[in-house]
Amino acid sequence: MTSPLEQKKIKIAGPSVVTANRTWDGIVVYRTAAKGWSAELSEAAIVRNSDEARALLAESVADDVGAIGPYIAPVQIGEDGKILPGNLREQIRRTGVTIGQPAQA
Amino acid sequence: MYAYDEIDRTLVNERVSEFRDQVKRRLSGELTEDEFKILRLQNGVYLQLHAYMFRVAIPYGTLATNQLRALAHVARKYDRGYGHFTTRQNIQFNWIKLAELPDALADLAEVGIHAMQTSGNNMRNVTSDQWAGVAPGEIEDPRIWSELIRQHTTLHPEFSFLPRKFKIAITASDHDRAAIKIHDIGLRLIKNEKNETGFEVLVGGGLGRTPFIAKTIKHFVHGRDILSYIEAILRVYNQYGRRDNIYKARIKILVHELGIEKFSREVEDEWQQIRNSSLQIDGEVIEDIRSRFSYPAYEKLPHMPDQLRQAAADPDFEAWRKNSVAPHKVQGYSIVTISLKPTGGPPGDATAEQMDALADLADKYSFGEIRVGHEQNLALPHVAKRDLPALWKALDKLGLATPNVNLITDIIACPGLDYCSLANARSIPIAQELTRRFANHELANLIGRLHINISGCINACGHHHVGHIGILGVEKNGEEVYQITIGGRADENAALGTLIGPGVKFDEVADVVEDIVEAYLALRERPEELFMDTVKRLGVEPFKERVYATR
Repeated sequence: MTSPLEQKKIKIAGPSVVTANRTWDGIVVYRTAAKGWSAELSEAAIVRNSDEARALLAESVADDVGAIGPYIAPVQIGEDGKILPGNLREQIRRTGVTIGQPAQA
Repeated sequence: MYAYDEIDRTLVNERVSEFRDQVKRRLSGELTEDEFKILRLQNGVYLQLHAYMFRVAIPYGTLATNQLRALAHVARKYDRGYGHFTTRQNIQFNWIKLAELPDALADLAEVGIHAMQTSGNNMRNVTSDQWAGVAPGEIEDPRIWSELIRQHTTLHPEFSFLPRKFKIAITASDHDRAAIKIHDIGLRLIKNEKNETGFEVLVGGGLGRTPFIAKTIKHFVHGRDILSYIEAILRVYNQYGRRDNIYKARIKILVHELGIEKFSREVEDEWQQIRNSSLQIDGEVIEDIRSRFSYPAYEKLPHMPDQLRQAAADPDFEAWRKNSVAPHKVQGYSIVTISLKPTGGPPGDATAEQMDALADLADKYSFGEIRVGHEQNLALPHVAKRDLPALWKALDKLGLATPNVNLITDIIACPGLDYCSLANARSIPIAQELTRRFANHELANLIGRLHINISGCINACGHHHVGHIGILGVEKNGEEVYQITIGGRADENAALGTLIGPGVKFDEVADVVEDIVEAYLALRERPEELFMDTVKRLGVEPFKERVYATR
């Protein structure tokens, strides 16, 4: 859960995606294989080594108007092929806060 | 309340127009994120885990009811219906859309609220005692000086590109409610032997990964010289502060590395060159600011009205009154602290409905004024004692009468990993669990004054270093781990807590706090001996032994 803001080197240990926040509204998005952004993790492009990750990150950074703050995040691939967040931070980004929000209480 | 003038209104409105244009250019691609980032930060806009976060300043913690209603409006219209009051007299909205931010700022500007000085490497919102102007024994209202500094530093080019953010806090009472010793500059209003107003100036305080308690750099600076003296400090910082390493860029590091004596000499040399300049404050300037603060037309009221005497028979009212109601400088009035720490709730959060309802109550019972304190609670500063029972009933209906102010469940917590992009661990769920563990008011009362502060990372926004019990969330091998300190405090005797041992897992934190509390209850010499006094008398060892004996 080390903050990606401290992510200095691109070194991945397993399947990963590039995630960011959409520029106009800030929502969490994932880079797709079609060189776009999606709010669905299931549509994210999966990279499996550092070279792929570097390339995906480079094209994501270049799309500065679409999304901001792109970084590489780990994911897990379930037996059914479903893409799941690789750590608690990414789980929270995908599913929301782990607490009830006051206005919803 | 402070009445802004045309210059203030023009400045705020121009700022909104400027930012609207910047956002438009950003969304069109004319500005890159690198170019835009500093501009958004100068307008209180961060990027957090889920969305943009918008931080709005509440200068010296004073809000009028129309301003609180405007904050409720922003929460409702542009966000998800609530806001989070921070430890520096700001409010944050967590789900704002960049495209709508200019409209939100414009709506706030209509009531004189803005987001300047809430982020970026500049002079931040000057904070003060939330009881300013009403606390008994206060030297004078510190907000007058806070406002002076605010006016001088807002958009000041020399303070807009500092090595790092810079925070000033001011207190005017013996008991420091503004936590001045953990600020870059702390100012304590005092009088000299000629009864002239001035300041003890402290410098180099701060938390984060390298915490320091501020040191006194000058025992008395005359009020007329305070701007030049602050400017001298900032010039030395601007010149020598490190810009090559973000972790060593705060003034506390410079003060530590130079030593307070050398740092003082540098400031003194600089000050002698500028103190007799236009920075010397004309008495008329202070009087003009003073005249813009309005104070209520208090009635002459009895010290103990019948309504209060009758309500004292209700144990629930008494429980609330005892820890939420404080003496006021005017007889017949009280300061009422409103706990934003309900059992099981996120510390410091208020819904739009609560804000609106509280504004109504402030109009009815507190001359239309609300205060925001660094402990993430609110206050009504001018409540007639006869109105306390009615106010309590109304607050209770809103879920704002939790009788836990200054007790163990009055927890300060940062947003943590649930919201923050810097966090390594969650803070809010820890706070929620602790409020449930200690929800029994009789138990909390038996424990007495005890502050728990929780941060979700080493940046220490939850001020864990100065919690009586401090909890710091870190990450270890992909798991949330929490380090526990005890013995910290943020008041006039500010001190950093001592780490008691290895970190514990998320699920163990509440148990550890229970162990510490049980040890305290067993070790204290008498019921009046507060937790901090026991820690001071015995050190951390007995607590450490208790926590780790079975772990």
